[in-house]
Amino acid sequence: MADRTIYIDNERCDFCGTCVAVCPADAIELKESTILINSEKCTLCLNCVNVCPLGVPEVRS
Amino acid sequence: MKNEYDIVVVGGGPAGSMAALKAAENGASVLMLEKDREIGVPVRCAEGLSDKGLQLVLGQVEPRWIAQKITKVQLVAPDNTVVDVMTGGQMGYILHRKLFDYDLAAMAGEAGADVVTRAYVYDVIREGDKVKGVKVDHLGRKTDISAKVVIGADGVESRLGRWAGMKTLTKMKDMDTCVQMTLADIDIDPGTIILFFGHQVAPGGYAWIFPKGEKKANVGLGVSGAYSGEVKPLAYLEKFVDEKFPKAKVLTLVAGGVPCVDTLDRIVADGVMLVGDAAHQVNPMTGGGILNGMIAGKIAGQVAAEAVRKNNVSEKKLRKYSSEWHKKEGRNNELSYRIQQVVNTFSDEDLNKIAHTVNDLPSEKRTIFQIFKTALLKHPKLILDIAKVIGSG
Repeated sequence: MADRTIYIDNERCDFCGTCVAVCPADAIELKESTILINSEKCTLCLNCVNVCPLGVPEVRS
Repeated sequence: MKNEYDIVVVGGGPAGSMAALKAAENGASVLMLEKDREIGVPVRCAEGLSDKGLQLVLGQVEPRWIAQKITKVQLVAPDNTVVDVMTGGQMGYILHRKLFDYDLAAMAGEAGADVVTRAYVYDVIREGDKVKGVKVDHLGRKTDISAKVVIGADGVESRLGRWAGMKTLTKMKDMDTCVQMTLADIDIDPGTIILFFGHQVAPGGYAWIFPKGEKKANVGLGVSGAYSGEVKPLAYLEKFVDEKFPKAKVLTLVAGGVPCVDTLDRIVADGVMLVGDAAHQVNPMTGGGILNGMIAGKIAGQVAAEAVRKNNVSEKKLRKYSSEWHKKEGRNNELSYRIQQVVNTFSDEDLNKIAHTVNDLPSEKRTIFQIFKTALLKHPKLILDIAKVIGSG
């Protein structure tokens, strides 16, 4: 998708999975202490950016 | 861990453990998989529930689970008006979820279920459009485990339903995003839980103080996804704690999402069932999910074992679980969701007025029922909604 991607800093993430639940593209994978965004699937809808209780996901170009 | 079971339960929280327990008790071979290294950790929960509810669901309350007995509930309006709610002698608890979840998983194990942690389910095994088991990453080793029924108790972040072709996406407006700190060295009344309302405190949600002993409490808040944006729940909580407990020591900080919505339309498919947060079974008004998850888990485990015994795990057969859930709690949740949606539209002024009206009542009449009645006077249409739900019962 385009030249912008969602970046998640694993140092700041609490791995609560709230973003996974609202991702319409099923593009987020949460293991115990790792979160991965599949940029092929991501549509940049920004739900994860808006929903995160800690404000971790960021849009980066 | 074998490579074949009657029933695989994905997720080792209270809903998963109850499903595993009931399935094993009813004669099925059962495996419960937990992705984290430890059952019950991290605790993404305010840990409160009612004594009556726990007795009904489990039939026992072990003293070691109880961090604090609760005898009083206070609601605080945006203008700081305090409403003491008459609880009618009903008692609640703040649990040690870590010990509670441990014991529930151990009970499932004692009933014969296998329990494995650090086991991450990354996909389902499919034959045509049917689910025939799960693909597991256990300590870095990938294994296929076949099962007649897979029960998804995989929490708010559940993906199992999606993989089985079910629509499980949570809408942004229905997702309450929460942050909680466990604070020490604070002055509180340990027997009282306090809920704070208002757009400055927690828009579309509430802040809570749930005591865990003399000087400790879970202090957190949830903000409705309808109000999500620039100011994050963490910022609201930092402000709240600075104001109420400036000298507090912070023992834990956790984040989490709560789907505050009624149950998913479809919680079963051929060989698949969803329970707990994965099925959106939280009470949408309170955000409480422990007991509802356990109730659903019990029904699902029983129905799954029966379906395996009769060698018919079709969606139609498993629907016995969804209809029993609907009768038991699902219908209440529909009503709670409608009420919660209206309450969400109340302004701070509305909330203040409701608090003042309730406080004008004699103290013995300040029940949750009266508070609703007062709120209903502002929104008479809600009475029709409630009548419809009760009428259909």
